[in-house]
Amino acid sequence: MAAPVSLQVEFGGGAELLFDGVKKHQVTLPCQPEPWDIRNLLKWIKQNLLKERPELFMQGDSVRPGILVLINDADWELMGELDYKLQDQDNVLFISTLHGG
Amino acid sequence: MCQAREDYGRRGPGRRAPPPSCPRTCVKCKEASAVVVIRVGDAFCRACFREYFVHKFRAMLGKNRVIFPGEKVLLALSGGPASSAMLRQVQEGLSRETAKRLRFVPGLVYVDEGAVCGQSPAQREENLARVEAIVQATGFPFHLAHLEQAFDLPGSILRRGPRGGDKPCPSYKEAVEDFIQQQRQEAADGDGAASLPRRLAQLRTQDVPAGEEPAAPGARLPAAARTEELLQLFEAAETLTAKEELLQMLRTHLILHTARTQGYTKVMMGDSCTRVAVKLLTNLALGRGAFLAMDTGFMDSRHGDVAVVRPMREYMAKEIAFYNHFFGVSTVITPALRAKRREKTSIHRLMEDFLLGLQAEFPSTISTVYRTGEKLSTAPAEASSEPGAEPQRCLLCLCALDTLAEEDLALEPTLIAEEAAQRPQGLAEDGCCHAGTQGSCCQSSPTPGAESRAAFLPLLCYSCRLTFKEMGHPDTLPPYVRSEAQRRSRRAEMKQQIQEFLLEDDDEDPSES
Repeated sequence: MAAPVSLQVEFGGGAELLFDGVKKHQVTLPCQPEPWDIRNLLKWIKQNLLKERPELFMQGDSVRPGILVLINDADWELMGELDYKLQDQDNVLFISTLHGG
Repeated sequence: MCQAREDYGRRGPGRRAPPPSCPRTCVKCKEASAVVVIRVGDAFCRACFREYFVHKFRAMLGKNRVIFPGEKVLLALSGGPASSAMLRQVQEGLSRETAKRLRFVPGLVYVDEGAVCGQSPAQREENLARVEAIVQATGFPFHLAHLEQAFDLPGSILRRGPRGGDKPCPSYKEAVEDFIQQQRQEAADGDGAASLPRRLAQLRTQDVPAGEEPAAPGARLPAAARTEELLQLFEAAETLTAKEELLQMLRTHLILHTARTQGYTKVMMGDSCTRVAVKLLTNLALGRGAFLAMDTGFMDSRHGDVAVVRPMREYMAKEIAFYNHFFGVSTVITPALRAKRREKTSIHRLMEDFLLGLQAEFPSTISTVYRTGEKLSTAPAEASSEPGAEPQRCLLCLCALDTLAEEDLALEPTLIAEEAAQRPQGLAEDGCCHAGTQGSCCQSSPTPGAESRAAFLPLLCYSCRLTFKEMGHPDTLPPYVRSEAQRRSRRAEMKQQIQEFLLEDDDEDPSES
């Protein structure tokens, strides 16, 4: 049983436009049987934060190619990408490098 | 939960196995822990990444040697990540110690495209204020252009400028030596003389904002009628692809106009490696294969007097995004051109999706496309145009016309199809002007419309013809395009009329250019 996790989720580079233009979100993920990882977080974001056109943010169970993910200011490729286990007070940043929306 | 893992043949297997989540160290200094992975799996720490990034910019300029010391260079700032990072690189380069300092004189131009990107006047004002804040912090001269001003451009923007005709072009090395000597001279002459260029530079900075922009907010945006006219122009374009091309054209012309009127001889654009790769494939699909080298190369000299350079073309979009994030480069995001919900997206976006999708699974896709494009050279096209005869250039993109050989190929059928498609539309339009007076009640009676469309075609290259077909009635085009088209048609006509009196020498040439 994982305890609730508090995170700062940020969007930049135009990705914030899909979230009502709000860049910083302070979120608390509820308790769930398995530990929270990025995969679950994305699902949660899609259900709770995303305002419009999910296909512009997600593709399959990951982010759309061209959207970068930084976990605590480091490239998520260094942290295990979707399998990274979220810790309390982590900071997750999504930066879009895409041109068209 | 398990579903998410199961149904992805698409991403799962093809993808590299994620590296273990133990902290990796930087491949360069081997000490600090890595924060970003670039190229294929090279992990860099913050400090090494910065050094790598800054070095790359200088190396790009150093390698190509096209920007001369003391030259006025206009940085085209869009507010987006790449051009903002480019601005930061120029600032870095100018703040170095003398030996390593960049020696050109920068200025900035921002084209406000808010009108066509669906922004309200208030949002546009806000965007402008943010851009101005960024720009003012640099102290560089700043020129603001609204997309609406495209309607006031002179027809000469569609003509090639004289390529530095008056002064012989010295070699890069000579120019640098001259410049250094001049600087020494000034230093020897004492403070007054040495500070003169600096004072001049300051003068210019103060000059521009005061002269052009009234300080009052609200008065900065162009008149609403102009915006309406611009929107009509974009509204009339049938496809998002045509809209994108149209936007790109107007933007380029506005930047070129700013450069010409303000005396800049180079324009720096912030196309990243990712963007160049997307552009390569997009333009190929748009029928611009003949001009790929010009459209995507490091230097583009199609305009003659003002050359466009692309110093950011070796940076991946990812590198730029990380750099901006780590080193606090502020950007101003304007939403892209929006299609209506129902519409298909543009070729530009399809290509971007396609390439980035591949890149996610095969991380060297973009650089491979880029490197392939790199091998294209503008030299053959330019060499063939050199001896005497100036080739005919496309009205819209100013590339040498590629349509002469293609008359019997793909082009002819598209034109016929076009004509056939136009007829029923013409009838429909006829229906609306039942007021009587023979079609003059409508702003566009069908027959002259078709005529003027046909008049444009010979002036355009293959790709611009295709785009042109998807754009609205020629009457919606900005006046500078129409007037230049008329001028060229008249010239061609006149030339035909006097053809038989001409001697077959290329004597008429100087008057052409």
